[in-house]
Amino acid sequence: MNKEEFLSGLRRKLSGLPQKDIEERIAFYSEMIDDRMEDGLSEEEAVAGIGTVDSIVEQIMSEIPLSKLVREKVKSKKSLKVWEIILLVLGSPVWLPILVSVLAIVLSLYVIIWAAAVCIYAACFSMAAGAVGGIAGLFISLFKGAPAVALFSLGAAAVCAGLAILLFYVSVWATKLILKMTKRIILGIKTSFVGMEE
Amino acid sequence: MDIQLKRGLLDACVLAAIKNEDSYGYRIIKDMKPYLEMSESTLYTILKRLEAGNMITVRSVEHEGRLRKYYHITREGLRRIEEFKEDWKEINAIYNFITREETGNE
Repeated sequence: MNKEEFLSGLRRKLSGLPQKDIEERIAFYSEMIDDRMEDGLSEEEAVAGIGTVDSIVEQIMSEIPLSKLVREKVKSKKSLKVWEIILLVLGSPVWLPILVSVLAIVLSLYVIIWAAAVCIYAACFSMAAGAVGGIAGLFISLFKGAPAVALFSLGAAAVCAGLAILLFYVSVWATKLILKMTKRIILGIKTSFVGMEE
Repeated sequence: MDIQLKRGLLDACVLAAIKNEDSYGYRIIKDMKPYLEMSESTLYTILKRLEAGNMITVRSVEHEGRLRKYYHITREGLRRIEEFKEDWKEINAIYNFITREETGNE
């Protein structure tokens, strides 16, 4: 890949960013490539040493806060033509409810995922409570002189305790998984904001 | 490495690279290379941060028919290096404490 291809590729992938930021970054990478070439590298080598466009874009995206990307998106909407605005307003009874319901669905899906995690926690907690109850039952039965029931209580308590410990690990794992997923979703949203203008 | 600690370390490294003489992007990376491999993108982010914190100033100089940005350290930047040295003394003390505990357990 030569310098021209690299820089135009970078510019295209960054098109969702503020214009000033793009120009600054392009100037920076352009200078880097020129300096590498001046140092004796060929154009191809100089570009290759900088890294791939995708890896650079990914790093930039992860550093930029989502709010900045959204703000830029909103700002570029200001340059809408009159007929586009009229169309938007006239069409609002159609697209507004759809947009709201899509957002609501996405939000509820997310809530459902967390609800599943909460369920596992609840199950874990109830098993722990069951274990405590079983131990209590053991002593009560012993005092009442019913060894068979006492033995049963002890067994039930052991089973409950075992399940509680197991479920605790499952719930921690689920929480970590959801957090990881959330991070990926946010990165995905960021990329889609930039990618929409490609 | 803890992200805050690493950030301070990288900032100080870049400041040190321009401490004695104004320098430009490619040379900063090259000067640091024996000690620290830094990508262009990372350097860009750090330079932006340092500029926002008034620790460096930037000027464009014409070179071989193109523009090259030179970075100059400010008084604030020099103070940051000194701060970093002080911070590092503390970290060093903590390091000694940690390793002492390790040998104590053996």
